[in-house]
Amino acid sequence: MAESKTITLNMGPHHPATHGVLRIVLELDGETIVNATPRIGYLHRGIEKLAESRNYQQIIPLTDRLDYASASANNMGYCVTVENLMGIEVPKRAQYLRVIMAELARIMGHHLWIGTHALDIGAMSVVFYAFRDREMIMNINEEISGYRLTPTFFRIGGVAHDATPKFIEMVRDFVKWFPKGLDGYHKLLTENKIWTTRTMDIGTISAEDAVNYGLTGPSLRGSGVAYDLRKAFPYSSYDDFDFQIPVGDKGDVYDRYLVRMEEFSQSLKIIDQAIENLPEGPVNVDNPWITNPDLDEVQKDISALIRRFMIHIKGPVAPEEEVYTAVEGAKGELGFYLVGDGSEHPYRLKIRSPCFYLASALPRLMVGHMVADAIAIIGSIDVVLGEIDR
Amino acid sequence: MKETDVIHVSKDRPEKGKYVKPLFRGLNFIFKNFLSKPVTLQYPTEKTQRSQRWRGLHRLEVDEKGELKCVACGLCARICPSEAITIVPYEEEGGIRYPKKFVINELRCIFCGFCQEACPKAAITLTEVYDYIDYNRTDFIFDIEKLKIPEQFKFTGK
Repeated sequence: MAESKTITLNMGPHHPATHGVLRIVLELDGETIVNATPRIGYLHRGIEKLAESRNYQQIIPLTDRLDYASASANNMGYCVTVENLMGIEVPKRAQYLRVIMAELARIMGHHLWIGTHALDIGAMSVVFYAFRDREMIMNINEEISGYRLTPTFFRIGGVAHDATPKFIEMVRDFVKWFPKGLDGYHKLLTENKIWTTRTMDIGTISAEDAVNYGLTGPSLRGSGVAYDLRKAFPYSSYDDFDFQIPVGDKGDVYDRYLVRMEEFSQSLKIIDQAIENLPEGPVNVDNPWITNPDLDEVQKDISALIRRFMIHIKGPVAPEEEVYTAVEGAKGELGFYLVGDGSEHPYRLKIRSPCFYLASALPRLMVGHMVADAIAIIGSIDVVLGEIDR
Repeated sequence: MKETDVIHVSKDRPEKGKYVKPLFRGLNFIFKNFLSKPVTLQYPTEKTQRSQRWRGLHRLEVDEKGELKCVACGLCARICPSEAITIVPYEEEGGIRYPKKFVINELRCIFCGFCQEACPKAAITLTEVYDYIDYNRTDFIFDIEKLKIPEQFKFTGK
């Protein structure tokens, strides 16, 4: 009798279904996965180290490039952390604008997820409808901040610009239109036989295992754990809004799909409330050493000019303290651990990225399934390599 | 967390069974969209309007006399997170300052717009030009002459 042998297959780093440059070393027995080892580090840009030589404002565009599919949600995490460190209270209008941008970013990230996830499994047309709707959010980003994918819209103590009437109009249009677009995805996928066969009972993880592996976000909620930082530790006025947390039950690919599909409508609900109840007032904190003075003020007033020079040459100074703040990013708990040393640079910035923990659970999810299911599992946990490698 | 805050999405999840009905529902949706107007544009012959705040290639503004507004204070170079701006200042007798050299490396630039926010003279602004292409990397290192009229680099498809 011939001895049975396993073969090793490298999936990635250039495999289109690994969502970036994730490499997974699969050990196969026939077509069944015996062992899977994720290898990361192909997109390492040293953001944590770079942050140590930048001042607190200069780090904001770096955080855009963590989870580039939903950039504003990362800005939210970083800015909330710095404000906790420096003890800044952000005005209500800025908080609402931040919530709108972060929720739009979440929807944008989920658009990318549903498009590529369905494309990987073989449903070709969903990606076109998803990207059609994603384009609307990109246009909204462009209108308010001037850039489409990485808006860099948040600032320490507020936001970069006030909302324009056209921005409010565009957000209202999107809120009105998007339920129809979402209905289309449901029509194409939710009850489709091929989709359900490819996703049900694949990559199942129990609630206990999900917690032990450190999963957060939709992947944790798909297993039935109702944990969402927007509810558990509300930041940036999230307790003002009425929304619900979708949770699954079985913890398979299909449940994670259902959870994210429901998150679309819940995020839309938050945006609707925020844009209708947008308070009046300033969008930046009333602190002369943090808020950049207006150009008119600078040209008239010498003290404003000096302040502008101080803010940009030195930048806001953080006390000698350390703080950890986590927000609910599109993929899960996005935490920033920031150590200030009394200067304008952070001593250390550690990013707790949700995707790192999601990728580390891949072996647990994959073992025992077929190679084709590996694609469905990678798509369902929705990793972004910019955030894993940082 | 209250129980009302939670929706159980997989309570009424469908069975694997049905094949024909969901398939036709999906196809129906596709054919309806098939007949609708396309949302795509034929770039580069068709282009959309960029927003007022668009952050494209940089421009160094000039005043009525045709001289640079820039006083070479170096704030933009200081705040630039990617260290893309190099300035060599020059001071005439009588205290008139201007940049002898003002170089922006457009390959390093991440178009965050901080230089525009920092400038106390509104001398550097970001324009609508977003599609500058060229053959050599050295062509992306912009000097004062190139920075004065970035509109000349607008891509028209030729």
